[in-house]
Amino acid sequence: MKILTTNFLTCALRACKSHPNSFPLRFRDAELQQDSSPFNAAFISNILPRIDWSALLTTAAELGFTNLPVEKPAVVDEKVGMELHRILIETHVVEGKLVCGNCGHQYAIHQGTANFLLPGHLGISPTPFVWRTGVADIYA
Amino acid sequence: MSRPEDTLPPDLFYNDHESQKYTTSSRIQTIQTAMTQRALSLLALPYPSLVLDIGCGSGLSGESLTASDHTWIGMDISASMLAVALDRETSGDMFLADIGQGVPFRPGTFDAAISISAIQWLCNADSSDVSATGRLSRFFEGLYAALKRGGKAVLQFYPKNEVQRGMITSAAIRAGFGAGLLEDDPGTKNVKVYLVLTVGAGAEKGGASDVTNVVRGMEGVDVIDERRKGRGGGRGGDGEGRKGSKDWILRKKEQGKNRGKVVKADSKYTGRKRRPAF
Repeated sequence: MKILTTNFLTCALRACKSHPNSFPLRFRDAELQQDSSPFNAAFISNILPRIDWSALLTTAAELGFTNLPVEKPAVVDEKVGMELHRILIETHVVEGKLVCGNCGHQYAIHQGTANFLLPGHLGISPTPFVWRTGVADIYA
Repeated sequence: MSRPEDTLPPDLFYNDHESQKYTTSSRIQTIQTAMTQRALSLLALPYPSLVLDIGCGSGLSGESLTASDHTWIGMDISASMLAVALDRETSGDMFLADIGQGVPFRPGTFDAAISISAIQWLCNADSSDVSATGRLSRFFEGLYAALKRGGKAVLQFYPKNEVQRGMITSAAIRAGFGAGLLEDDPGTKNVKVYLVLTVGAGAEKGGASDVTNVVRGMEGVDVIDERRKGRGGGRGGDGEGRKGSKDWILRKKEQGKNRGKVVKADSKYTGRKRRPAF
């Protein structure tokens, strides 16, 4: 899974979507892999306004990338663009877990593919009574 | 030909054997690629974009997306299909997820969405605690929020009959989309139905992103434009949730915010009456 995707993902539980703790999902036991792909400057500058910069900084720091600027750059120059490309597109999380900070649900990542299937009663439940008591305890 | 969605749920139907068969069939490959190209031409994306592939399967449609320089993220419910995609080393990011449970992305994430032969599966409820209409509305509401304003979605699907076609279209309209149905080769065995959806184009009438302009000049277009122009009536009621009250306004703004709409900030003036000057 690309870091780019992580910056847009939320918890699949409907009740968590509006909660500030639920974004970004945190990595646990992440195993990284770098590959190389052609640098696409037009795509990076297209996607930049939609990136949640503070969430990206959090994720990047957790995974050990520290050379991002503190403020979101207004224009993409060669240097920042390449750095963003390396982190967002070329870095993959191949194994590990994504954890929601609100309900504590863990989404397993296996071979770079995350499992976002919810057990039936969580998927459709319109009233948030299960997760308040801590889904983490049930699905630990 | 029999319809696979009548036999088994998608995650069970597309097992290792079926997924392999589906992906290696040159006939299916040709059809899928042609439909993806058609969908891409309907989307007419001007620059490299972030695209959601709904029901990406083994990444047949993703290959066309990659070839046109777009970055895509795919969702599929069948683990076997995704395993085939991994073997084929597709360049998109994929998830194991049920689109009937919603679309787990931040509001305004995607430039566009594409779906090839997938959403008819939503019309089947495979367990007693879910309904087809519930799954459809969760999917379309999630998709509406996940697309940016001015975004477009082209969903190709195989409706079983008129009822299913109406069910899917009305679910999309209820979620707030501007919706149009495009049929290729109507009346033949090879008929292909595309649901063309636009987000947030209702404000500027005749704007370039309006769905009716997307398909203007194309043959066999059936536009159903039932976007709500402000709901009259509704629940009159009394108590604190009364329509027009401060609570009601705040609740509506919260709902809009959750759907990814642009909402004015709350202040102490929110919901106050505008008094006459003297």
